[in-house]
Amino acid sequence: MTADVNKTAGPDATPPAGPEAIKAVPVRHPGRYVSAAVALFLLGSVIYAFAQGKINWGAIPEYFFDDRIIDGVLNTLLLTVLSMVIGIAGGVLLAVMRLSKNPVTSSIAWFYIWFFRGTPVLVQLFVWFNLGLVFEYINMGPFYKDYWSSFMTPLLAALLGLGLNEAAYMAEICRAGLLSVDEGQTEASHALGMSHTKTLRRIVIPQAMRVIVPPTGNEVINMLKTTSLVSAVQFYDLFKEAQDIGQNAGSPVEMYFLAAAWYLIMTSILSVGQYYVERHYARGSSRSLPPTPLQRLRAAVLPTRRPKGVAV
Amino acid sequence: MNQSSPAMVKAEGVHKSFGPVEVLKGIDLEVKSGEVFCLIGPSGSGKSTFLRCINHLEKVNAGRLYVDGELVGYRQKGDKLYELKDGEVARKRRDIGMVFQRFNLFPHMTAVENVMEAPVQVKGVSKAQARERAGQLLERVGLADKAKNYPSQLSGGQQQRVAIARALAMDPKLMLFDEPTSALDPELVGDVLDVMRDLAESGMTMVVVTHEMGFAREVGDSLVFMDGGVVVESGLPRDVLTDPQHERTKSFLSKVL
Repeated sequence: MTADVNKTAGPDATPPAGPEAIKAVPVRHPGRYVSAAVALFLLGSVIYAFAQGKINWGAIPEYFFDDRIIDGVLNTLLLTVLSMVIGIAGGVLLAVMRLSKNPVTSSIAWFYIWFFRGTPVLVQLFVWFNLGLVFEYINMGPFYKDYWSSFMTPLLAALLGLGLNEAAYMAEICRAGLLSVDEGQTEASHALGMSHTKTLRRIVIPQAMRVIVPPTGNEVINMLKTTSLVSAVQFYDLFKEAQDIGQNAGSPVEMYFLAAAWYLIMTSILSVGQYYVERHYARGSSRSLPPTPLQRLRAAVLPTRRPKGVAV
Repeated sequence: MNQSSPAMVKAEGVHKSFGPVEVLKGIDLEVKSGEVFCLIGPSGSGKSTFLRCINHLEKVNAGRLYVDGELVGYRQKGDKLYELKDGEVARKRRDIGMVFQRFNLFPHMTAVENVMEAPVQVKGVSKAQARERAGQLLERVGLADKAKNYPSQLSGGQQQRVAIARALAMDPKLMLFDEPTSALDPELVGDVLDVMRDLAESGMTMVVVTHEMGFAREVGDSLVFMDGGVVVESGLPRDVLTDPQHERTKSFLSKVL
């Protein structure tokens, strides 16, 4: 209300040195203070309730960096990475099969996705672990021959169960990604004489990645947590180790809190990684890449310097 | 049977249907080597579809289509036709450059990478060699300073010129232009037409689907007016554009000129 609007209203008006900045009384937001107070009160009550409970908090720092816990963390990470590798490779393959003009491969892919998406992963883990009832031996000709029970280790059962199940989900994510790429891209590539395979590998998949990466990041985080199921097939991941320690030390619930803290740490690190991967594949899709948190920090500290590597 | 004809493209009764809709109802025409051949007509007349048949992006349903004396998409043995395998179709497309209305540059690659892609991937040219050639082509279309820009950082006219450079990188003997200026702001059209005019002067055989009547008149060697899936009128651009014989051509030209 204090701003002099008449100065710039008419076309003939000539502002002496640019228009005068508006100085207005900002709108108040009392709701924000109220909700903050309510949230703080609720948080305080929850913390108080937990502090009052019969929980031996001291056990958590005592075991936090225990060798067995660290082993479990490493095993969980290993399992997550390997399962996701199987899942992504299988998913891309299934998605390409699903979209292919060959009716046989597309039906096979459809059937695979139908089966593995339609049954619980815990059931699949048990089935893999107990397939010895069906196959007594494993015989791959001259390469490998053994009893099923010694071939199907907990790690292998866990990998097959998680990885093959994940492939079904990744297949749908990849299919959505491949379909998101404009048909003109395929046409342009074909018109240049590039084969189907080259077109897919060089033109379509790199562009599909922008659509595939964010939900895949979700899948990785989901996988990290789902690995806790593999204790069912005797694989010693973080959850199984924490459970065992808890039972021996008489503090089972405390160890669940400990495991939860570790899972939270790992998923937080993964989220940061996801941000950078998404940024990488955003190349060319927008005029300039969003700055990394580090660049943002630098820009805030040294406002005159332009962040390096960011297109203008 | 085609040895006597110096035609770069020859169409004999070409038909094309999409489901029940017949888009091309028997096209006969001949594009001579080295000429600029313009296709005009209202939208839905089948001119773009015909262009896409030339490099087999669309399959012809009936009739015969030859490029440089070779049947497009099929191999003839006796009186039987055999469909070509994907690899064979791809090999024939190497020699035919195409420029699209919507540019269709690869958005995840810089301008120079767009131009290098096909020579490196299809012809196996070394990256260094391809990069040098790509630089020359970008200079030819007036974009030497934009080599490292991504398509999203270029204007429509600049993108289309990169697309022309990309097609030229394969050293085609025939260039197809599918309404190359229709998606551009009016003031950017000139730059693209200049590049095309330059290309025509260098002796390239060009088939151009266009609404730029000025370009057709100045640069075109022959012109065909299509409507409803058939060739209505053809001849020298100046004759057809200034003195159309057919009623349909007259009414179309009166609206666009």
